[in-house]
Amino acid sequence: MTAREEILTRVRRSTISASSSRQAEYATIPRHYEQRGGRDLVARIDLFTDRLLDYGCGVHGCAGNEIASSIGHILRERNKRRVLVTGDIPEEWLLAGFEFAQAGGLSYDALNEFEGVISRCALAIAVTGTIVLRHTPTEGVRALSLIPDYHLCCVFENQVEELVPEGIQRMSRFAGSPITTIAGPSATADIEMTRIKGVHGPRTLDVLLISDENAQEGAS
Amino acid sequence: MSVRVGGAADAPSFPDAAKALVRNTQLRHNVRHATRVIRRKRDQAVGELPDWQQLRDAGHTIKQHTLRYLDSYLQQFEQACTRAGGKVHWARDADEANSIVTGIIRGCQSTEVIKVKTMTSDETGLNAALEAAGITPIETDLADLIIQLGEDQPSHIVVPALHRNRMEVRQIFLEKMKLVELGDRPDDLAQAARLYLREKFLRVKVGISGANFLVAETGSVCMVESEGNGRMCVTLPQVLVTLAGIEKIIPTFRDLEVFLQILPRSATGERMNPYNSLWTGVAPEDGPEEFHVVLLDNGRTNVLSDPETSETLDCIRCGACLNACPVYQQTGGHAYGSIYAGPIGAILTPQLQAMEHSQSLPYASSLCGACYEVCPVKINIPEILIHLRAKVVERGHGPLMEKVTMRTAGFMLTDGARLGAAQKLGRLGQIPFERGGQLHHLPGLLAGWTAGRDLDAIPEQSFRDWWAEREEARA
Repeated sequence: MTAREEILTRVRRSTISASSSRQAEYATIPRHYEQRGGRDLVARIDLFTDRLLDYGCGVHGCAGNEIASSIGHILRERNKRRVLVTGDIPEEWLLAGFEFAQAGGLSYDALNEFEGVISRCALAIAVTGTIVLRHTPTEGVRALSLIPDYHLCCVFENQVEELVPEGIQRMSRFAGSPITTIAGPSATADIEMTRIKGVHGPRTLDVLLISDENAQEGAS
Repeated sequence: MSVRVGGAADAPSFPDAAKALVRNTQLRHNVRHATRVIRRKRDQAVGELPDWQQLRDAGHTIKQHTLRYLDSYLQQFEQACTRAGGKVHWARDADEANSIVTGIIRGCQSTEVIKVKTMTSDETGLNAALEAAGITPIETDLADLIIQLGEDQPSHIVVPALHRNRMEVRQIFLEKMKLVELGDRPDDLAQAARLYLREKFLRVKVGISGANFLVAETGSVCMVESEGNGRMCVTLPQVLVTLAGIEKIIPTFRDLEVFLQILPRSATGERMNPYNSLWTGVAPEDGPEEFHVVLLDNGRTNVLSDPETSETLDCIRCGACLNACPVYQQTGGHAYGSIYAGPIGAILTPQLQAMEHSQSLPYASSLCGACYEVCPVKINIPEILIHLRAKVVERGHGPLMEKVTMRTAGFMLTDGARLGAAQKLGRLGQIPFERGGQLHHLPGLLAGWTAGRDLDAIPEQSFRDWWAEREEARA
């Protein structure tokens, strides 16, 4: 018997093994927890902002016609000049005076030479201060938002869901793509339970919250 | 087939190991401090959610449902993962898992591998197996790095090096990273780890990870972490191997809406941990070109076979029961002799090994129930502990005289005259052992009690005698 057969045989000795009743039983799982939030957009953004600040993120806000100047301002404040951008960042968001580069074809060592990365996100979850990245060549492969030490993420306000179940439902539409969820900069509490910002992932995370009624829905 | 849970089979019994460890005041201080901090954070994060109990109910029911249909969910995961370009392997026991992983690494001509925290690989003793095959495993989680460089054993499921303080960590790093200078602030130590590992992340061609959840519906793997070392390990290498117990399966992607709420709040007291990585097979132009999952049994089907205790497999490894346990808070994790310490370790370790080893662990508890109270998937650990104690006795490994003692006690306590006689006898018998109203170093069976606890001496006069005397005086 192969290992697979042997394990499945041992499992079957203790299980029901009738997939027809499986579906029916799954449907009866009690889900009395909160699945829909009740906050309006303003309250949702306030909550999201509060969570991000709690994680030690920089939080900035701007209108849809101020994106380029806001990005320029944030990068200058952080003293970042050589910055990677994902494929879904429009050129009109990028002002002169910086060295912006697309990541296509760059080696990991080459990515390591950049000071930071600008990306968008697929959605965000207010109550846990979580940003969700869907990784495609256009929206940015995983290494892009991982290797550089600084990450500026642009989030449209209408991309912010309130609760985790609402976020997961949206994520399930692209479950086949690699996904990273980010809640604040990389951190650890491994030494004496003291929370330290910045271990291996980007040590600094800035979030630019963009209010724009005409903004397109997120990448999802 | 031979099940192995780290070095648990050869570990000393819990009371023997604990006796030595509780004398280490530095260790006790470190453990007390760390568990107190996590408990406070956890309570706060959990208290914030109005629907916490409903989430626990859902988590428990999802896990129980999954176990009832585990064979069909395992096959569904296998199909979905394979369709997405992953390769699924099955391992009956620790040795088989280790040899599958070693074979994959050899196949890519690599002599090094970067690892992200996986308890399951500690369970199988993977690092030793790799080293024996000439492959260097590099632990990348900060705590695991401290353990590996310090040639130490993990003492906690979530924060494996919580028994070490900053000065101890500094000393280990100075020596093993061959540094000339290093501060002792946690920041300095984390930066040293960042520098030490960065070059390895960018260079090493094979990564090994564990999994927090395997999604049957989509074939996705979900890994929960904080530092970003996990993202490095599952993204940058050309080949990725994920080692996971068969109980890590959850039915659907939607179920993450429960587990990604209860796990971070229970484990580290965070609303959400900094990073979750989800991947499904291999992705074009992104991450590893080759992806393997090793599904490990190693005794899990032993646990599954007893309906009274199979909910042990619901565990999502949050560590909340360790932090809440008054026994763990005193002894730390090493006393359990298993990489799975604390209340969950006390029920999981002996069951994985079909009750043949670690028989003292079901007794390493005061049955206070704090573990059950905090468990995010509602595993009734106290009840399982009692059930396992019965099993230990049945197998003849328990306190052998327990039955006789209980029967004798029953005989004595059901009759006033017999009790009075026994008390008289006891008063005489205790004389050599009494000091200041306390009994010390009792002989025989009673030694176990006085070795670790205070015991009041039998008083000069019992309540019954006093009552009789009072009635007499009145008359």
